[in-house]
Amino acid sequence: MSLVFAGVCSHAPGITGRAERADPALRDGLYENFGRMRASIEKSGAEALVVIAAEHFANFFMDNMPAFCMGMADDYEGPIEDEAWLGIKRHRVPGNPDLAERLITDIMQDVDLAYAQEWKFDHGIMVPLHFLTPRYDLDVIPVNINCQGPPLTPLHRVWAFGKALRDACDAAPEKIAIVGTGGISHWPATPDSGKINETWDRDFLQKWAGNRKEDLLAYTDDQTYAEGGQGGFEIRTFIAIAAACEGNTGQIWFYAPIPIFAVGCTIATMQVS
Amino acid sequence: MSLYSVQKLIYNLNRDPSLVERFKIDIDSVLTEYKLTEEELSAISKPDIGLLYVLGVNGQLLMHYAALWEFEWDDYIQAMKDGIEEHGEVRAGMYVRTGGGYL
Repeated sequence: MSLVFAGVCSHAPGITGRAERADPALRDGLYENFGRMRASIEKSGAEALVVIAAEHFANFFMDNMPAFCMGMADDYEGPIEDEAWLGIKRHRVPGNPDLAERLITDIMQDVDLAYAQEWKFDHGIMVPLHFLTPRYDLDVIPVNINCQGPPLTPLHRVWAFGKALRDACDAAPEKIAIVGTGGISHWPATPDSGKINETWDRDFLQKWAGNRKEDLLAYTDDQTYAEGGQGGFEIRTFIAIAAACEGNTGQIWFYAPIPIFAVGCTIATMQVS
Repeated sequence: MSLYSVQKLIYNLNRDPSLVERFKIDIDSVLTEYKLTEEELSAISKPDIGLLYVLGVNGQLLMHYAALWEFEWDDYIQAMKDGIEEHGEVRAGMYVRTGGGYL
């Protein structure tokens, strides 16, 4: 078994870009649990980190939008955003093209997957990396699921992807960590920024932590849009992690709505055995 | 309306620092490369962030275009609210106002 860690976390740009404006107790609690996740990944001995993200038009646009894409580059650069705006300095992040190619080849047996040898990381990946690999010394393999440009990737295909990723990880000799990063409910970059549906979030997290496949796949995009906003579509990244850990349950380490971060900030893990 | 072209321009600006430099020196020459209406050309050139929001530009693109013009976060949020006041509700896309924001 080579999957050694699985978790999910938030990635909103305000987490680093507007840090000084948050309630210090909530912000510090979030940061502490990001640190706890970093320590768990390090303790797992992970040799590579697969980040399942929901990027925001940094690499993929409606001229050629893949349902799924995985990075296969030697290295990556990020953030694409202004450094001061995001509060993260630009870095070069090491990739692992050899491992990525093997994972992609295996996943393609079950899911039609695009791959990319160029990829600019936006806040959707850089905010998690800022906390989880602050020295940028762990190989990273990015994954994108289309959560932005409708038609969006169907949830049952996300589940299939998560299962295929798990099989691919298990076939690799390397120790691999996977982290999904996204919503839950939020209305980002709109006049409603900061609106958070805590009830909807907590209900989703309960289903996610219980790894209740049927309930997780029952969400419709119309329902998610109405209850969880545009950002709610990013539940796909959490669902992919649940699929990769099918049969296991999760633990919510931290959840708190932090309006100036524009999202219900979440840190959670799921058993991998 | 050519919302696709507006968003493609912003997408390209976000990815290409050399395009940003050219855009800052000679915005008109860059804009001729995109199929845009007069209203869109005006909104991009001013820039009128509120009108771009009302036209339906995805917020994940628009917030970076606002940052390119050095809008602070609160000013960006206010610009969208002002845009609705001046131009009406969002005409296209998913980033419509639903109420209940923080700022």
